[in-house]
Amino acid sequence: MGNLLKNLIADDVLKQNFEEAKPSFNQQEALDEANRCLYCYDAPCITACPTGIDIPSFIKKIASGNMKGSATTIMESNPVGASCARVCPTEELCEGACVLNHSTKAIPIGDLQRYATDWAIKNEQVLFQAGKKNGKRVAIVGSGPAGLSTARELARLGYEVTIFEKKNEAGGLDTFGIVPFRLPKEIALWEVGQVEKLGVEIRTNMELGKDIFADELFENYDAVVLAIGMSKVPMLGIVGEELSGIYDAIDLVERTKEGHYDAGFRGKRVAVIGAGNTAIDGATTSIRLGAENVKILYRRTEAEMTAYDFEYEFAKQDGVEFRWLTTPKRLISDEEGHVKQMECVKMELRDSGKDGRRRPVEITGSEFIMDVDIVVKAIGQTRHTKIIESFGLEHDGGVVKVDPESSITSNPKVYACGDVIFGKGVGEAMVVSAAQQGKETALSIHERFNESVKEIAL
Amino acid sequence: MADISINFAGIKSPNPYWLASAPPTNTGYQVQRAFEAGWGGAVWKTLGEPILNVTSRFGAHHFNGQRVAGFNNIELISDRPLEVNLKEIYETKKLYPDQVIIASLMVEPEREKWHELVKKVQDVGVDGIELNLGCPHGMSERGMGSAIGQHPDLVEMTTMYAKEAAIVPVITKLTPNITDIRVTAKAALQGGADAVSMINTINSLIGVDLDTWNTIPNVNGKGAHGGYCGPAVKPIALNMVGDCARDPGFNIPISGIGGVSTWQDTVEFMLMGAGGVQICTAAMHHGFRIIDDLTEGLSNYLDEKGIASVSEIIGASVEKYTDWSNLDLNHKVVARINNDICINCNKCHIACEDTSHQCIDMLKDENGNNYLKVREDDCVGCNLCSIVCPVDGAIDMIDLTPTEPPMSWNKREAAIKML
Ligand SMILES: Cc1cc2nc3c(=O)[nH]c(=O)nc-3n(C[C@H](O)[C@H](O)[C@H](O)COP(=O)(O)OP(=O)(O)OC[C@H]3O[C@@H](n4cnc5c(N)ncnc54)[C@H](O)[C@@H]3O)c2cc1C
Ligand SMILES: Cc1cc2nc3c(=O)[nH]c(=O)nc-3n(C[C@H](O)[C@H](O)[C@H](O)COP(=O)(O)O)c2cc1C
Ligand code: SF4
Ligand code: SF4
Ligand code: SF4
Repeated sequence: MGNLLKNLIADDVLKQNFEEAKPSFNQQEALDEANRCLYCYDAPCITACPTGIDIPSFIKKIASGNMKGSATTIMESNPVGASCARVCPTEELCEGACVLNHSTKAIPIGDLQRYATDWAIKNEQVLFQAGKKNGKRVAIVGSGPAGLSTARELARLGYEVTIFEKKNEAGGLDTFGIVPFRLPKEIALWEVGQVEKLGVEIRTNMELGKDIFADELFENYDAVVLAIGMSKVPMLGIVGEELSGIYDAIDLVERTKEGHYDAGFRGKRVAVIGAGNTAIDGATTSIRLGAENVKILYRRTEAEMTAYDFEYEFAKQDGVEFRWLTTPKRLISDEEGHVKQMECVKMELRDSGKDGRRRPVEITGSEFIMDVDIVVKAIGQTRHTKIIESFGLEHDGGVVKVDPESSITSNPKVYACGDVIFGKGVGEAMVVSAAQQGKETALSIHERFNESVKEIAL
Repeated sequence: MADISINFAGIKSPNPYWLASAPPTNTGYQVQRAFEAGWGGAVWKTLGEPILNVTSRFGAHHFNGQRVAGFNNIELISDRPLEVNLKEIYETKKLYPDQVIIASLMVEPEREKWHELVKKVQDVGVDGIELNLGCPHGMSERGMGSAIGQHPDLVEMTTMYAKEAAIVPVITKLTPNITDIRVTAKAALQGGADAVSMINTINSLIGVDLDTWNTIPNVNGKGAHGGYCGPAVKPIALNMVGDCARDPGFNIPISGIGGVSTWQDTVEFMLMGAGGVQICTAAMHHGFRIIDDLTEGLSNYLDEKGIASVSEIIGASVEKYTDWSNLDLNHKVVARINNDICINCNKCHIACEDTSHQCIDMLKDENGNNYLKVREDDCVGCNLCSIVCPVDGAIDMIDLTPTEPPMSWNKREAAIKML
């Protein structure tokens, strides 16, 4: 794609570059694939879906033409099922478990899920109803997949739910963080709308720690759910990081999600630091902004990179180059304070470090200079440690500690789910796990209040 | 949410889906599982005098990679003791009072035998009785099943015997192995049936093994004809239901059976006059859980159409089903190919060229690209091209604006007589 794009820099072309890359199934494709599904009993694909969607059932419903039923089956188990249809690493989850891998070819479950949820979006369906109010109030901080999922389940159970969101729109990384050519913003916002239709109040532009404080939440709500995800990309900690031309991958994606296509990338040489999905997204975004050449630098090798296989494939197809066992040491400025070069050093892998992974170590004397115009940082995400501490919650380097059974934190009134409890060194965080944790958190809250709620109802 | 409950010949059922009398309704355990899954009713596996079964019993017609386009069996009626079945019917009805249990019965055409069996099943609380006059294999060689169902006088008599002892509704189940189903349907009516159900299975042989030259299925090297059912028989069953429903002399409810696999099939059977449906093969292929989509799909369909109750659609298409002689001879339909959707497989061309009316031309445009075009003046509107076309929407069958008023064969004959 890189070559293709080099010369295409008109604004409307750029806009096209950020439209959803993969076409949706037409009816015939959907029916062909749906009829191929065996409708297994106790199907392994269901077990492999973190939210446990009844996959054979939703596929059978596509085949029978019960599209509303199909979408309902999906969204019932997964409140962000339309987003997940696009961003889940399906080869590692449902499709990887499909029994047809052993005989012919797995069913394209993600694409079928997209076909069914697209139908619901297009036909403006309202799939769920709010439960009868039970008098309990819950505050949720953060409106990403985890917060939305908790909110939807609680609303269906009759809770009065208020979400506080610091951004001007809800949806978390689905709305702002996952590249638009894989997940258009409208999809995430439809899911937000579905939750709002259940009477959930989403108060945007409300930042915890600035516009609203922990004490107020404790006072006014029966339970508080912390679903604030993770934060920005950390500093590289090398000389020259303050130069112009240095970007945070998540910020970069966010701007394209909002329809701002940075003209500064056209024809430029971009180096992306890191090798998770964020790095891939930073790299493919740079390509689509018209960059001439994009390299991903990673201090380990292909084998250790945490990006999903389909992401890695996607980047290679986009023409992204990879430089393994390479780390930046220093960013070099031109006269105007803009980055012009990067000093790198080659690495080698030595015996395992504390986390069991082999440790990259610099090879002395292997330094070299690389010409770059733009550097995109994508070495993971920092934690909202300050906010977590303002809640007085126990944490492990910014990872909130919860009881895995109940999602309850060290403060019995506070629950946490999603990326905010995502442990370090366990692969990549996923939308689908955040959604499942949200459901579990809602159930746990309901278990606590169920008895007292019943008393009120009597 | 639309109301999908039905009242079939006075039998109230939470939904129009009953399991047909067959292996799925063999035991209390199975019927209870089915009710737990949400089936509206079950017609118990046919009860009668003790029999012996053979193995193997089933065969299937797989078509181009799709399994079970049709299904065939040489199984007889229940091979479990009557007392055990009666006890399980009683227990199941106690546990699920709102769901329907119909006892399917088959004995020789003797008054006392029918009276005795009808009374026995009534005593354990069944909601209705179905007379199995349709089983085409085995039992028919002993003068039962379709051996009765093929004789209108025996159908009438047997129905009468059952009615004499019955206090619950009696449904006569008909065999399709006859020339005109309306004759036996009306015989059942004459005998006092409260309803009929159709169809039982069709005489069939699934195949012959190319290596052993044995029949499929075979029992120790020999085979016998079996009963055919499943998706392949749906058009046959639908016609029989429609034929009875449109007969002015026939006015009792029809339970539609034969190839019902989806909620869409169900809607079709009900539009054609069925008051409810029975299902066997689809459940045998996928298990009782299919009831989830059957009920939800039906209910969503009705909601979408703004119809409050499924009862409203019963028979709604019957008036559209008529004799050939009433069809409009002046109506003209032609095929039109949408070249932007067409994938140029030329299937329509060769079908029309070799086997219909030679009116699809293979052409080249100014850029040398192939395209197809129908010469509409020569097209007889037979539908063949659109039937063989593999792509949705590539061929539309267009109704042309009529140039003359409608004229059927009957009207034409009448007009000629007037001259
Ligand atoms: C670039 C990138 C690409 C990704 N790609 C994929 C992918 O392809 N597939 C996949 O499954 N996962 C992917 N992920 C991971 C996935 O997005 C997350 O796991 C998921 O969004 C976590 O959901 P969450 O609700 O816990 O947090 P988030 O989605 O981060 O939502 C947290 C919300 O809390 C709000 N918030 C934060 N602080 C405050 C505060 N103080 N006050 C009020 N509100 C606050 C935020 O604004 C945000 O809306 C990707 C992540 C990134 C960064
Ligand atoms: C294995 C098998 C056994 C059957 N046994 C009976 C029976 O005992 N009594 C009866 O009335 N019909 C019997 N039938 C016929 C079914 O009740 C039903 O009429 C027929 O299968 C058509 O429905 P379907 O296409 O949904 O299978 C049997 C069918 C099958 C496949
Ligand atoms: S495992 Fe594959 S074939 Fe089986 S139900 Fe799941 S998607 Fe269908
Ligand atoms: S399904 Fe298979 S295992 Fe079960 S009774 Fe029939 S032949 Fe035996
Ligand atoms: S059969 Fe359909 S797809 Fe094939 S050439 Fe004809 S119109 Fe085109």
